[in-house]
Amino acid sequence: MSPQPQAAVGAPLSRVEGRLKVTGKAPYAAEHDIKGVVHAVIVDASIGRGRITSIDTDDALAQPGVLKVIHHGNAPKLPYKDNPASNNPPDGRRLRVFQDDKVLFHGQPVAVVVATTLEAAQHGASLVKVAYDAQKPSTDLAKAKADKPTKYARGDAAAALRSAPVRIDATYQVARNHHNAMEPHATIARWSGNKLTVWDKTQWVVGTQTELSTVFGVPADSVRVISPYVGGAFGSGLRCWPHTVVAALAARVTRRPVKLVLKRRQQYFNTGFRPSYEYRLKLGSNSQGRLTAMAHEMDAETSSYETFTESVLFPGQMLYSTPNVSQAYRTVPLDVNTPIYMRGPGFATASFVIESAMDELAAKLGIDPIELRLRNEPSEDESKNLPFSTRRLRECYTTGARAFGWDQRRAKPRSRREGDWLIGMGMAAGVYDTARMPAQARILLNADGTAVVDAAASDMGPGTYTSQTQVAADALGLTMRSVTFRLGDSLFPPTPPHGGSMTMASVGSAVLDGCNQVRRQAIKLAVEDRESPLYGVEAEDVVVRGGRLHTKNNPVRGETYKSLLSRNKRSHLEAKGSYAGPAAKERHSFYAYNATFAEVAVDATLGLVRVRRMLGVYDAGRIISPKLAESQAIGGITGGIGTALLEHTVTDHRDGRIVNANLADYLVPVNADVLDIQAIYLDGEDREADPLGVKGLGEVVHVGVAPAIANAVFNATGRRVRQLPITAEALL
Amino acid sequence: MSTEPEAPAPTPADGPSSGPTRRTFIATTSAVGGVVIAGGAIGGGFLASDEADAAPAAPASRVSLTVNGTRHTVTVDNRTSLLDLLREHLDLTGAKKGCDAGACGACTVLVDGHRQNACLTLAVRLEGAKVTTIEGLADGERLHPLQQAFIDEDAFQCGYCTPGQIVSGVGCIKEGHTHSPEEIREWMSGNICRCGCYVKIVRAVEQAAGRK
Repeated sequence: MSPQPQAAVGAPLSRVEGRLKVTGKAPYAAEHDIKGVVHAVIVDASIGRGRITSIDTDDALAQPGVLKVIHHGNAPKLPYKDNPASNNPPDGRRLRVFQDDKVLFHGQPVAVVVATTLEAAQHGASLVKVAYDAQKPSTDLAKAKADKPTKYARGDAAAALRSAPVRIDATYQVARNHHNAMEPHATIARWSGNKLTVWDKTQWVVGTQTELSTVFGVPADSVRVISPYVGGAFGSGLRCWPHTVVAALAARVTRRPVKLVLKRRQQYFNTGFRPSYEYRLKLGSNSQGRLTAMAHEMDAETSSYETFTESVLFPGQMLYSTPNVSQAYRTVPLDVNTPIYMRGPGFATASFVIESAMDELAAKLGIDPIELRLRNEPSEDESKNLPFSTRRLRECYTTGARAFGWDQRRAKPRSRREGDWLIGMGMAAGVYDTARMPAQARILLNADGTAVVDAAASDMGPGTYTSQTQVAADALGLTMRSVTFRLGDSLFPPTPPHGGSMTMASVGSAVLDGCNQVRRQAIKLAVEDRESPLYGVEAEDVVVRGGRLHTKNNPVRGETYKSLLSRNKRSHLEAKGSYAGPAAKERHSFYAYNATFAEVAVDATLGLVRVRRMLGVYDAGRIISPKLAESQAIGGITGGIGTALLEHTVTDHRDGRIVNANLADYLVPVNADVLDIQAIYLDGEDREADPLGVKGLGEVVHVGVAPAIANAVFNATGRRVRQLPITAEALL
Repeated sequence: MSTEPEAPAPTPADGPSSGPTRRTFIATTSAVGGVVIAGGAIGGGFLASDEADAAPAAPASRVSLTVNGTRHTVTVDNRTSLLDLLREHLDLTGAKKGCDAGACGACTVLVDGHRQNACLTLAVRLEGAKVTTIEGLADGERLHPLQQAFIDEDAFQCGYCTPGQIVSGVGCIKEGHTHSPEEIREWMSGNICRCGCYVKIVRAVEQAAGRK
């Protein structure tokens, strides 16, 4: 942090954009009022694999208002150059919309209808008749052939398992989950000559910019991407998906601005998802519960045309002290669209398996689950042989155990009953890596003492607008009100994707750097200005508070930015802040941690699970915005309740169709499902991680939730359910 | 786009020759009191082009309704939902489209004082109806108590479900379903919040209902 007084950082402030959101005036992607915009609706493939033999567009074109039907038979050929600066998987070839007759998965866009009204476009899309030569798709993870594994090994896990006195060997299944943010993915595209502007739902305006630039073969600076508000995303906005290309293509062909909003159903195959896994884990331990070996084998779905991988290996390598570890991670290509990161990607899946297995081991040994974890707490990251920058997981356990009343838990399963309800408590550890990437920000301090800070960042809900304003306000010595933070425009200085919990560390550090520069410029101006009351003072003895520069020891001696700039005839001061990212060779291992606790009630006859209360205790470094951080945690846990008990994208393997592609059948938690959730952040900072001392929040709060619930279900019922979601059927 | 507060409504029966051109039927909007709502956002004036004007008109009807205190007489495509009327024609994008199938509540508005999913409501059915959207809750610069409570309690993150939650909460309070957190949870369960703000939404509704 800076030597400045911290007035805004750490204060429980309300969201700066709150008023816009509660009055319905924050413009999301489809809500920008673009003159002359027409509507596009995608026609989805109704087969799971094969080729298109004909497309009959006559009826659609005869509809009043329908302007054009674009498909592979009449679409212009697009360059589709490689785009390494993206979240496109490096292995594979991305879906190229309307470039050939192939159908790679059910729901793939095969045509788009453009019309003057939404109603006409929707009806037109239903009238496009597509004939196919269909093949039987392969969509079943359990039956398809896997790719060669990615492997990791230390020690000899196989030998250690053979000699281990206590062993667990279990296979877990995690269902496919869809992000299902409330705002559907949407794009408005407008061409002016060779320049393209899109208003898009994205977590990365820079990534969407490079994708459209490479797809259409135009320079990156000819593409502008605008995305000031994102109605949730949880990872689904980390890639520029085919529908965004479709919108831009339709705008190009029709020479009109085009708005394309995916229907809820279409989110399930036009954007990615958390892949399903089959994950076998073997644990070996001595009789005191000290782990001697872990062997992980996992199969995860990917598409036939791209190999999607995520960080599912790390927790198995560093969460517990284990001399012998083996891992084999196999992707399984299926006739589905490509997965993408979803909240706590990889880590959430691995933590369900590892933390369930640890609970199984604790039960087998008759050791308290927290005690078992404490016995296996590593003193360093054994996968990297590096010290942890900060690792306060022990504190998470003890703080959580006290706050949650862990001592009330009965060690023997199925031993607490209230009427029809079996009551149980469970816990799990959570971990997520502290990612940071280079970022930039532009800071402008105006002569009137207000400041504008710009970065191409995103705010899908965590509170980027607010927390960055807090950082800037303190570093500049201004009130929150005097600082405007702007984001979501590719014209602003570049930032990394708004994902992986790296926005605060990366963008925040760039903002901090730029604001520090501007403040120092002003201080230098003052201490060298004979007219200034601060003339001759050592620069480091000057602080700025409420827009007024003064000496640390004598607040009376000073002047405002306004008077300083006006006397020196400066219209503004400005700086480009930057953050270079972590060192190429790191000297520490960086992770955020949690201990998550759950109490459930399970109806003994109906198998219905109710989550009565949950608590998360977090070691996440410095908390910039406590009020919003609390919301993040509560939200992450709520999402975890969904993963644990409700969420499951179901595919009909006969034709590859997703049968529950809607919010009535894909179940997510509703208000009545969520009773009591508490969050505790350990006070502190991580000085090694980044200039702000933060470790990231958005992902770690989701990791560990599902296993805490699963372990509580075991404690309540004595039934170990190894499949997510845990449904009533599994408990009957 | 023409304004026609008192003119007789063109009807589909008029046929293509005497009936409305696309320019008029798409979103012919007028507001009593001299305020012309910018309803041409879907491009009425933009359609100079041949292919659109060549096709016959889609069936449309005329309907008068009051939205946030302003009376509108509009001629709309019979297929238009209240939600699309608000969002695409009346420039009121506060009510959100989350699922377009009545499953998420993001489009919740009050119709004659009752909570309703605007996505499941055909606009042409609303003759004489009084519609209140999120844009109609504040009294000038003064927020509705529930809007303020949402800010105070941080009862939202991304903000997309928020207008529906707040309008639904206003309905919930009015219906008197706020005697306990359990009751609020039950009666607010038609509104999905994917960011997971339910705990705080319940607190905000409690606060505005005067229970806290």
